[in-house]
Amino acid sequence: MSATTSATLPLNSAGSAPALARRRGPVAWLLAVARFARQKPLGAIGGVIVVGMLAMAVFAEHIAPYRFDETIRGARMKPPSAAHWLGTDNLSRDMWSRIVYGARESITVGFATIALAIAVATAIGVSSAYFGGLWDLAVQRVVDAWLSFPYLVVILSVMAVLGPGRLNLIIAVAIIAAATNSRVIRGATLGVMQSQFVEAARAIGCGHTRIIVRHLLPNVTATIIILATIGLGAVILAESALSFLGFGVPPPHPSWGAMLSGSGRTYMLRAPWMAIWPGVAISLAVFGFNMLGDALRDVLDPRLRGAR
Amino acid sequence: MLRRYLVRRLLVAVPSLLIASAIVFTLPRLIPGDAVQLMLAETSYAKDIDELRAKLGLDRPFHVQYVEWLGRAARGDLGESLWTRRPVAQELAQRLPVTAELALYATIIALLIAVPVGVVAAARQDSMSDYVVRSLAILGLSVPGFWLATLLIVLPAIWWGWRPVTGFVDFRADPLGHVVQILLPAVILGVASAAALMRLTRGMLLEVLRQDYVRTAWAKGLAERAVVLKHGLRNAVIPVITLLGTQLPQILGGTVVIETIFGLPGVSRFLFDAINQRDYPVIQGVNLLVVGTIVLVNLAVDALYAVLDPRIRY
Repeated sequence: MSATTSATLPLNSAGSAPALARRRGPVAWLLAVARFARQKPLGAIGGVIVVGMLAMAVFAEHIAPYRFDETIRGARMKPPSAAHWLGTDNLSRDMWSRIVYGARESITVGFATIALAIAVATAIGVSSAYFGGLWDLAVQRVVDAWLSFPYLVVILSVMAVLGPGRLNLIIAVAIIAAATNSRVIRGATLGVMQSQFVEAARAIGCGHTRIIVRHLLPNVTATIIILATIGLGAVILAESALSFLGFGVPPPHPSWGAMLSGSGRTYMLRAPWMAIWPGVAISLAVFGFNMLGDALRDVLDPRLRGAR
Repeated sequence: MLRRYLVRRLLVAVPSLLIASAIVFTLPRLIPGDAVQLMLAETSYAKDIDELRAKLGLDRPFHVQYVEWLGRAARGDLGESLWTRRPVAQELAQRLPVTAELALYATIIALLIAVPVGVVAAARQDSMSDYVVRSLAILGLSVPGFWLATLLIVLPAIWWGWRPVTGFVDFRADPLGHVVQILLPAVILGVASAAALMRLTRGMLLEVLRQDYVRTAWAKGLAERAVVLKHGLRNAVIPVITLLGTQLPQILGGTVVIETIFGLPGVSRFLFDAINQRDYPVIQGVNLLVVGTIVLVNLAVDALYAVLDPRIRY
């Protein structure tokens, strides 16, 4: 029997079997979502925004009436209308279509960054907590030093080294996010390590890899899911700030941050919609992830309150 | 006792500061191509390039450059800007007041918004006002500062034809104009920090209000004002002060964008320009100054605990 199982599920199998049966199937999933929505209405609103944004990213070709780089004859800087819901920009491109495709950029960069950041943070945090000693001391001092920089300053410095571009942006933001998250994961792992089942696993002679993979990691998964959800909002915000400063996704790909910087600011007095809608999109997306992450944290792991 | 604690705390901060200084020194050197290539025209002779490198000390081994740089930095000499040819320390001294003022106003604004709003949200937990305040706080964390700045420039211009002053207004020349100019960017920076501070104030106060002595205070028949503010808030404020310390990097990071948008001649804009121009001494100087400030502020925050909470003895 896996020690993890004994630690996370009730020992009484007669009592736990119906509970498990109740949790299966799509109906049970819907019920769980409905219960979550009732308990955490703000989180549910966040969830709806996140699902909407994911849909925009996945089905951009079907939702957007034009391509992101398609110029429309005679429609330069037109205000919002029935034909162009959010107006058009200085290159006669439909703003709504660019916002929809922009969701794809934000989601791609956001998910890739957070995946990389969480992978690195988990490796650092879990190993630091598990091996302790000199390794922990050395790693934590480096993390300390890294965290004492303002994040935008580090990211800009790293971007200056790597040069602008999507992949470099992902690496630069992930480095910072990894340092912050590794602290929380280290804390959670230290907590799990106090459990008797870890001691038992050691006592029966399990190796380091087995203890980490089978016993520690499954028990910090909730923490990791919460960190990833909340982190996505922060990452999207960082990506937009960097794109705004000219270090992000290169044109003509529509990034919300970049849409706000160049032409958005140049023409903001003549065509204010060019500066307004990308900002609304960024705020809504980050708001959605923050709301959902907050609610998930309350439901899955109340100990993490105030971790941000 | 406090002094001994502070000395110990400072000693613990030394390794972190040293590692940070190594990062500060190394990062700009990883930039492909060096400043010499940028400073001299493409047609320059190799001899000129080598001479300039030797003059700037860029041809010596890396660790030698680091130790020398650290020694000079400890004496307050941060080198010379490769572009303006003026001492970095002098340039920073000129720009620091702008950034410091901006950060100070932003912190005050954040506290002025966060504490009262957090107290109301906690005192009226799960009420409509609590929901509204919490949603607004998350919104405050979600709205990008650069967009808020753009809106605050665009909308008044469209509605009332009012435009923010372009060009920096010096305090000595026009004190009122100067404060008005700094206030708008400070509000934008303050709003984001206020959101985080407000959430913590609410959370900590909720925890304190559940304590036994608070129940006793209610039972004694004290007014709500006295219970919440005197018994509750004073005990909830310590983590808020800690977060204020950790908010400083956030606020300083925000100044990079805000100073660029509003054209304020502060340290962060200097850094942004230096990164684009690969001006190593400036990038290193600004980063070192920022990290040093953050370490010192966190030390001050620690010392403040003892003042705020008599139970804490070092």
